[in-house]
Formats: sequence, structure tokens, C-alpha cells
Amino acid sequence: MKLKQAKACVLRVGGTNCDLEVSSALTELGIGTDVLHMNQAIKKGLSDYQMLVFPGGFSYGDYVRAGAIWGKELVTRLGKELQRFIDEEKLVLGICNGFQVLVETGALPGDGASVSGIPSAVLANNNSSKYECRWVRLRVESKRTPFTSTLNKDQVIMVPVGHGEGRLLLQSQGMLEELIDDKQVVFRYALEDGSPAGGKYPENPNGAIFDIAGICNKKGNVMGMMPHPERAFYGWQLPSWGVAPPEFGDGRAIFEGAINYIKKM
Amino acid sequence: MKRVRVEIRLKPGHFDPEGDVTAKSLRDLGFAVSKVGVSKAYTIDLEAKSDSEAVEAANAMCKKLLANPTKDNFSVEVLKVEEGTHREGK
Repeated sequence: MKLKQAKACVLRVGGTNCDLEVSSALTELGIGTDVLHMNQAIKKGLSDYQMLVFPGGFSYGDYVRAGAIWGKELVTRLGKELQRFIDEEKLVLGICNGFQVLVETGALPGDGASVSGIPSAVLANNNSSKYECRWVRLRVESKRTPFTSTLNKDQVIMVPVGHGEGRLLLQSQGMLEELIDDKQVVFRYALEDGSPAGGKYPENPNGAIFDIAGICNKKGNVMGMMPHPERAFYGWQLPSWGVAPPEFGDGRAIFEGAINYIKKM
Repeated sequence: MKRVRVEIRLKPGHFDPEGDVTAKSLRDLGFAVSKVGVSKAYTIDLEAKSDSEAVEAANAMCKKLLANPTKDNFSVEVLKVEEGTHREGK
């Protein structure tokens, strides 16, 4: 598909943030992007789009649990559309709160049930009891998903996190093994030498099981991650911006991977 | 109208960072606290013909929204509705 004909949609509700940053990143890479409120998306449908992004923030105040209310609203009001979107192997990216939302819908980890509304994982309170807002190292663990297609396995990238509930817990140990075997673990928090953080704080900012920062579904077209790639898109967003920043940050590669996939659709 | 109290708490053995910092703060204030467990309670007014129907509905609410089965347990209790304590929510 020609990129000019393709379109991406960034969904938002009350409490969403960084929707404009995501839109700016995607537009910069040449794909027309609409930022739509849920109510607009329900009226319009999702069939015009090749990519859907659930951005960060604190949807509906994160009442009940982070991402829970929006997650259930998606199931009840846009569930069939979203299911079709996923089944058509179009791209879905959940960033931070968006990741929490996708887990609450049941679309991630993606054990087959998909948008069931029954979660099989949770992003629980950080072990530190604090809101962790800083740069972390991510090790690319899997190239199963288009989002990491422009990165190398075991490559370490720098992307910032900003969350209070990022500690991924899975329903069972067996589920973790399944995710590892299926290469659904996409990013892990890493030490300076690039090895996994081994639960060590602050490298693993939240205590997530197996240092998991991002996972994808079985097909790889749905990915959720706690760090914010759109906050590491331009060189001037990086901590080194005042010295000699590169033109772009590491987060750009994740969006580029998505764009390459859309071009081949 | 029936009123139920739903309590959502972490499953035993789950790490409770909020409880731990609360315990620390209480100890700093001089209380001999060994452990704090934080739970969340919802008081829900709903239309139901009987207590058991109200409990059944509340259990379904927990499964569908209020509790995440990976980390939460929940319990439901029927409360007596005292006159004048019901308010229409949104």
C-alpha cells in the first residue's frame, strides 16, 4: 500500500496524553494521522485505518485500575471493530496507559481470546511505590513484531518511562514460559552492559516479571509497551539535546518499523 | 433497591507497595504497626429483587471490571439501606 493512501488513528479519551506527540511522529514519517476521541471513532469506525495507537496518560483518571475503564469501554462500545482490526492483522500500538488498556481488554498478551474483556495479566503498582519518570535502557528481545523490524535483536535503545503502574504480572508462570517461547516478549529493561536488569532497581523501574517492558500478541501485530517511544523521537527530546544531539532518538525506529509494515500491506 | 459493599484486595502473597509505605509512615508516627494491607471498597446501590440476586450481580461486576483476576480477590456483602442515604448517581 502506498503510504499516501494509508492512515493512522490515535485514539483519545479524557485523561489521555501524548496523543499529539504520537500524531506528530507518524506524520513526520509520512502517514496521515487522525487524533480521534472514542466517541468520534465509534461513529466513524476503524475501517479507514491501517494503524491504531492507544497513547499514554491516565484515561478516566485511572479509576478502578490503570486502563480498566477505557479497556472495558472499548470492549462494550468498539469491541467488534477492534477485534476485526486485529484479525485483519492491522497494527495496534499501546503506549504506557495504552498498554494497560490493551491488557484490560484482553487483546494482550493475546492468548487467543483477544478482545474478551477478561484480562490475563495486569500492570500493577511499581515496586518502588513511586511514579517512575526517567530514561531507561531497553533490550530488543524479539523481532516477532513489525514494530522492532528496523532494530536488531539484543540491541539496546534508550526510551523514557513515566508511570506509577508498570509492574507486569502474568496469571501464571506457565504463561511467562509461553510468552518467551512464542517470542512475545519484545522489550526487556536492561543494565548498562545490555544484559537484562534481573529485577534490579532502578534499571528495572517497576519490578516487572522477567524485566518485561513490552509484549506483543501471537501474530505480532498488537504491541504494548510501558516506555514512550514518541518522547524519544527527535534528537532534541534526548537528555543530550544541549550538547550534540543526534537528529533522531531511538524511539523513531519503532514507528519506522510500523511504517515499513504498512507499506507492504 | 439493594446496597452492596464490594471489597477488592490483593491476593495473599502479592507485593503491596502501597501497604508497605503506609506501614512505614505509621511506624514513623510511633505506631507499633507490623503490616498494612490496602484494599479498595465500593458501595453500590443497584436494582435487585433479592439479596442473592444483588450478590450475584456484584460478583459479575467484580469479574467484569472491579477486580483483575491476576492480582485481586474480592468479597461482597449486602448492606442495610438506611432511609435518606441513597443518592442518584450519574
